[in-house]
Amino acid sequence: MMSAEPLLSLKNIKITFGGVRALKGVSFEVNPGEVHCLAGENGCGKSTLIKIITGVYKPEEGAEFFFDGQPITAMTPSMAQSLGIQVIWQDLALFGEMTVAENIGFQYAVSGKYGLVDKRAMVAAAEKALARLGVSLDLHMPLKELPIAQRQIVAIARALVGEARLVFMDEPTASLTQSETDYLIEIVRNLSASGVAVVFVSHRLAEVLEISDRMTVLRDGALVGLFPVEGMTQSRVTELMTGRNFDSAVIAADHDDQPVVLSVKNLSRTNEFENISFDLRRGETLGVTGLLGAGRTELALTLFGMRQPHQGQIVLDGETVHFGSNRDAIRAGVAYLSEDRLSLGLNQPQSIADNLVMASLDRILSGGLISPSKKENVVSHWISALGVKIGRPEDPIRTLSGGNQQRVAIAKWLAIGPKILILDAPTVGVDVGARAGIFEIVRKLAAEGLSIILISDEPPEVYFNADRIIHMAEGRIKATYDPRQMSLTELEGKVYA
Amino acid sequence: MMPLIRKFNNTFGADMTGPVIAFVAVMVIFGIGADNFLSLGTFGSVAFQLPELGLLTLAMLLPLLTGGINLSVTFTANLAGLAAASVLQAYGGVDAPGGAFALAVVAALATGGAAGLMTGAAIAYTRAHPILVTLSMMIFLRGLGEFLTRGGDVSGFPSYMAPIGHGSIFGLPIPLLIFIVCVGLWQVLLTHSKLGFGLLMIGSNIEAGQYSGLNTRRIIMLVYTLSGVMCAIAGIIMLARFNSVRIGHGESYLLITVLAAFLGGINPFGGFGRVLPVFVALVVLQLLSSGLNLMGANQHLATALWGVLMIVVMAARTIVSAYFASRRKKI
Repeated sequence: MMSAEPLLSLKNIKITFGGVRALKGVSFEVNPGEVHCLAGENGCGKSTLIKIITGVYKPEEGAEFFFDGQPITAMTPSMAQSLGIQVIWQDLALFGEMTVAENIGFQYAVSGKYGLVDKRAMVAAAEKALARLGVSLDLHMPLKELPIAQRQIVAIARALVGEARLVFMDEPTASLTQSETDYLIEIVRNLSASGVAVVFVSHRLAEVLEISDRMTVLRDGALVGLFPVEGMTQSRVTELMTGRNFDSAVIAADHDDQPVVLSVKNLSRTNEFENISFDLRRGETLGVTGLLGAGRTELALTLFGMRQPHQGQIVLDGETVHFGSNRDAIRAGVAYLSEDRLSLGLNQPQSIADNLVMASLDRILSGGLISPSKKENVVSHWISALGVKIGRPEDPIRTLSGGNQQRVAIAKWLAIGPKILILDAPTVGVDVGARAGIFEIVRKLAAEGLSIILISDEPPEVYFNADRIIHMAEGRIKATYDPRQMSLTELEGKVYA
Repeated sequence: MMPLIRKFNNTFGADMTGPVIAFVAVMVIFGIGADNFLSLGTFGSVAFQLPELGLLTLAMLLPLLTGGINLSVTFTANLAGLAAASVLQAYGGVDAPGGAFALAVVAALATGGAAGLMTGAAIAYTRAHPILVTLSMMIFLRGLGEFLTRGGDVSGFPSYMAPIGHGSIFGLPIPLLIFIVCVGLWQVLLTHSKLGFGLLMIGSNIEAGQYSGLNTRRIIMLVYTLSGVMCAIAGIIMLARFNSVRIGHGESYLLITVLAAFLGGINPFGGFGRVLPVFVALVVLQLLSSGLNLMGANQHLATALWGVLMIVVMAARTIVSAYFASRRKKI
């Protein structure tokens, strides 16, 4: 796969935004047909680097930029496109209402003869691009009816219509299940075999190690190094990305002497989950794992009162409860951190302060009106208690990194004074370094007596952070494990079996 | 210039910039162009014209902030006026006693509130788009009103009601005072009440609000109910000012209320906006039309210029924010 001449070669890339050096003299190269991983925490400069390569930003003086051996002095987005450099951003930027063919061949659609849509050429181009990937999709299916993995394929196929030679994929597996990820990896291999270089930007280290030839690691806008992937381990990559060493150890402990806070008895919802029973004790962390679609989130939403069980009981502090809505659950001290922080968990355009007090307004009232001073106290208390890094509390929460957003989301629920905190995939879109920080908070909360249900589809997260693990599959509890009595590999084997 | 702007933004909020610039521009242009613009007469006429449009704009404001709209504001106002009128007429019309007036006000507020509640419930429970629901409501109320009045005017009210439309206390017009009290109420509602907090939150993301335990249905129903009540207040003032009720009164105000709200920096997608910039925007619109009036321009031309002003302000906003963005990058 190595070739004498790199397809893309950058040296001494610097860029500054608002007085902050976003990139401090980074170099980066990609060989033809290579699968390359661009790794680093959020905010380390990965996206900025991609935007420089595609001509969105201009690097500062002194940068060297070669593509296919030719020096490039002023890259522009249209030039990047004509050179065959394509980016598939995480949000895919596809049109849900349009068909597969229209999405893929949409450049043809806007540039037909006389400004009309050349439908036949469009369909042909879409067919050709999909054939190159070795997949077949119904070309006339509206995109929104496809599962997310296939939409991913559509986005890749669209990049290929433009005769791609270098494709960047930003977090392509973030919302895929394991089998979908495997499928995507297969596609990327085909792509690379046909001579297209692929640069993978991903947080999920396992797949990065599986698929890449080489990796470039960035940290705080500086280059850590270019490494061959062979022989690399996950913990080594984490260390390179964060500059820190994370010791992993099982923390599971018995809580049999503690009172049962929540007792779930034969809980069922048709077509979602069936016959779920478990006890949760004070200060205990219960891990819930299983593949996507195992019914984990549905169960969590039922415990949170947003859905009503068809059968079974929820017993809270010895009393059977019937939640009509999540407001009842919140009043009873049940909090639920949504897996979808971007659209459900937080109100992204609104301020950090407003997001933080959103669930606990009743606690900051004074004479029936919201008291600005009480609000300020609550906000500053939780910001400092959870070590959230913010500018001003009035800033929109979307200006924060994933890890800091998640801390605010946790603070929002701690502000109601909960008995039970359900964390649904709390590390999605959170950096490796920041993940450790989130789990540190979770452990501290458990030690203070909070009962926690930790839902994750990444077995290591529950293995290292829970006292007990429930394994869900197809809406049922398949087994309950004690992390002290099994290895992580064993757990992964059972979950992925 | 820069520190001055920053200081202004910190004190009054960035959304105040547009209305204040427009205000200064209108004052300067007409102050120079029209002889007697800077006179008590101008401000008197603005002060009497402002409240009707102003109250209807307040009625429009809350739905806009939730990401919705209320297209039935003018007909709700007149139907509420009609409710008041029929109570007064039942008690003797011109000779109706003070108690009947109190009852008439209650009837108007109840009618406005009920119309709003119906709208709000329809939006909250059917999840239909507020444009569709309030458009239906608008057509319904207009038809109902025309049926009840047979398309004509209802008049003949006790003379003690006239001051509500025309009177002054300490030189300040009573309708203006009523309007200012309502502005104050809306200000407190939006900045300090649970309802205000909730309606802004659901304006930018209703699902996130739901997941955080906000009672989104109740919020939407309350928002439209309050919108209807505010319409009723406008309806009572219109009744007193014109000494008559007609279902089509102030029909042309409908879209102007939306315009005034956007001129006042309300986010067209909901979730963000304040009352005070909208208040200044309303004053600017009235000054503009009074100034043109003084210069002898046609009234229809004034309306056309309102549209132009809106486009200019939108463009200015884009240019100013682009300028600041480029400044930030260079620093």
